[in-house]
Amino acid sequence: MTMILSVVAVAALGLALGWLLGLASQWLGATTDPVVERIAEALPGSQCGQCGFAGCAQAAAAVAAGDAPVTLCPPGGRAVAEKLAQILGATFDPGNLPDRGPLLARVRTDACIGCSRCIKSCPTDAILGATKQLHVVLEEACIGCGACAEVCPTGGIDLEGIPVTLRNWRWHKPGVGHA
Amino acid sequence: MKIFRFRGGIHPEGNKDPTACHPIARLPLPQRLYIPLQQHIGEPAAPEVEVGDHVLKGQRLARHQGSVSAPVHAPTSGRVIAIGDHMAPHPSGLPVQTITLEPDGEERWIETEPAVDPFALTRAEVSARVRDAGIVGLGGAAFPAAVKLDAGNRHPIDTLILNGGECEPYLTCDDRLMREGAGYVVEGVRLIANGLGAKRTVIAIEDNKPEALEAMRAAAAAHPGIHVLRVPSRYPMGSEKQLVTTVTGREIPAGKLSAEIGVSVHNVGTALAVCRAVRFGKPLVSRVVTVGGGAIRNPRNVVVPIGTPAGDLIDFCGGFTEPPTRVLMGGPMMGQVLPGLEAPVVKGTSGIIALTAAEAHAASERACLHCGRCVDVCPVGLVPLELAARVRAGRIDDAAELGMGDCLSCGCCAYVCPAHLPLAHLFNYAKGEIAARREAQRKAEETRKLAEARRLRLAAEAAAKAARRPARPAETVETES
Repeated sequence: MTMILSVVAVAALGLALGWLLGLASQWLGATTDPVVERIAEALPGSQCGQCGFAGCAQAAAAVAAGDAPVTLCPPGGRAVAEKLAQILGATFDPGNLPDRGPLLARVRTDACIGCSRCIKSCPTDAILGATKQLHVVLEEACIGCGACAEVCPTGGIDLEGIPVTLRNWRWHKPGVGHA
Repeated sequence: MKIFRFRGGIHPEGNKDPTACHPIARLPLPQRLYIPLQQHIGEPAAPEVEVGDHVLKGQRLARHQGSVSAPVHAPTSGRVIAIGDHMAPHPSGLPVQTITLEPDGEERWIETEPAVDPFALTRAEVSARVRDAGIVGLGGAAFPAAVKLDAGNRHPIDTLILNGGECEPYLTCDDRLMREGAGYVVEGVRLIANGLGAKRTVIAIEDNKPEALEAMRAAAAAHPGIHVLRVPSRYPMGSEKQLVTTVTGREIPAGKLSAEIGVSVHNVGTALAVCRAVRFGKPLVSRVVTVGGGAIRNPRNVVVPIGTPAGDLIDFCGGFTEPPTRVLMGGPMMGQVLPGLEAPVVKGTSGIIALTAAEAHAASERACLHCGRCVDVCPVGLVPLELAARVRAGRIDDAAELGMGDCLSCGCCAYVCPAHLPLAHLFNYAKGEIAARREAQRKAEETRKLAEARRLRLAAEAAAKAARRPARPAETVETES
């Protein structure tokens, strides 16, 4: 008798809790993967496509699924890679990242024909100009994604490293050699 | 007056006697002056002269840009021979926009604003004169002085402290200034007090400068609102936060300015420059520099035109007795390595110190002993050994959480470390890294906003197009019928 009672009690308890869990998953369940969301938040969100994915959301999904490395985002650089590694709990080896630092696009004044294709391609609206007028890149808004350089018919846009000045110079790490 | 004690601190050897005993000498005009357009915190000045122009002493060469900035003036009369890159007096040795002036030797002053009764001026007029004279904090930080005066409009200032601490070893320029120009310094500090609306003024001087204390007491005797306060010699007494605590007993909260707790701190040299600017209309074109250290033949204090190459100054003081191990701008605790002898003296240069091998105490690093001495001496109560371990391991965010941002870079921890860990260097690196990350974060947020704005714009354009399309056939139907 006691055996039957305990079997029934445990079974009832299991069913009740299972039912509750089922309800909870319907009402409170996450529609999207929270990890993907956090990764998407950490990415620049400019949809520049340099990582090879259509946009930042797709890239975030791929990183979360382990199909892409945390170092996939060139404009984000080291800071984003480190953040992604932190979200995923993965170790991050900065050695894998090409050490070129952030880049800026620059329109060569002698090559620009004012076709305005780069203006349309820029994911952050960082290029100013009008048809048959010289175009110019706003350094503050440029993320160095290179989308403009790809569409330029005269190859007149260069990607250059940001020059080191007194304002952005930083102390190197002791014992690592001069930066 | 009651004196309060700040936490930690050290007693480094003063080494002030070799320069403190000589009167301030005057440097003969150098062959060339290199005047950087960025000598202050904030936006660089914008040049107003062109190559080939002849300028008079005190003429403005570049005007201030933006709210935090300072103009620069010609330190002597002569011809502008170049406007371009020259080595910055900065440890990186990077080039900075610099106006090169060839003195004509005549020292002809431009017509300056007429001398006035400075105490008849309004607060705004005092502040404007200080700004137009290009005065920045001469203690080393080089923060535009007028901006600090204007802070009095936003926060009520009850106490003005004149910083005569000069706690850095070797440096004696403020000491000599107080001894030789006490009257001007006191007038300057009264003008600053007027400009700020401060109720009381405290001139704080470390007790290792008895002559300066005496001179300042005599000069301030006629003004009952000014207290000359003898404070104990303990590094970093001359640091703003520590001095405020010593004088008022109040602590400046992390990340806040002294003005927010009703205190404003100015350097002795700044007060003298304010007196010259407001009473006589003279801009800041020279400063007193301590040339010292064991490798200098005749160490002394010198009045130097802004823009003088460090090498000229060292030659004037007899050159080197032996090749220096390290040449510093500022004192040995917080000073920066001079990148080369062609780097010029700027407004914030308090000293050029050439250390011999024996003075530089170069020792090879060993493993941390966890002795905790760095914790005892840290004036802001950080745990340097813990911070250092995290910074070493690349855990910059963890270091920031432990209070890395509150570090003064005073170097007390590195000074006492028996294992000779490069603590100050590690922390400078970490602070730079934190700043770089903050900048990257800011840029990422901007990028997100821009991308979102673009998405909305494209969506709006597409919607407008879609709205136009069905309208057209409808129109054609109407015209046909």
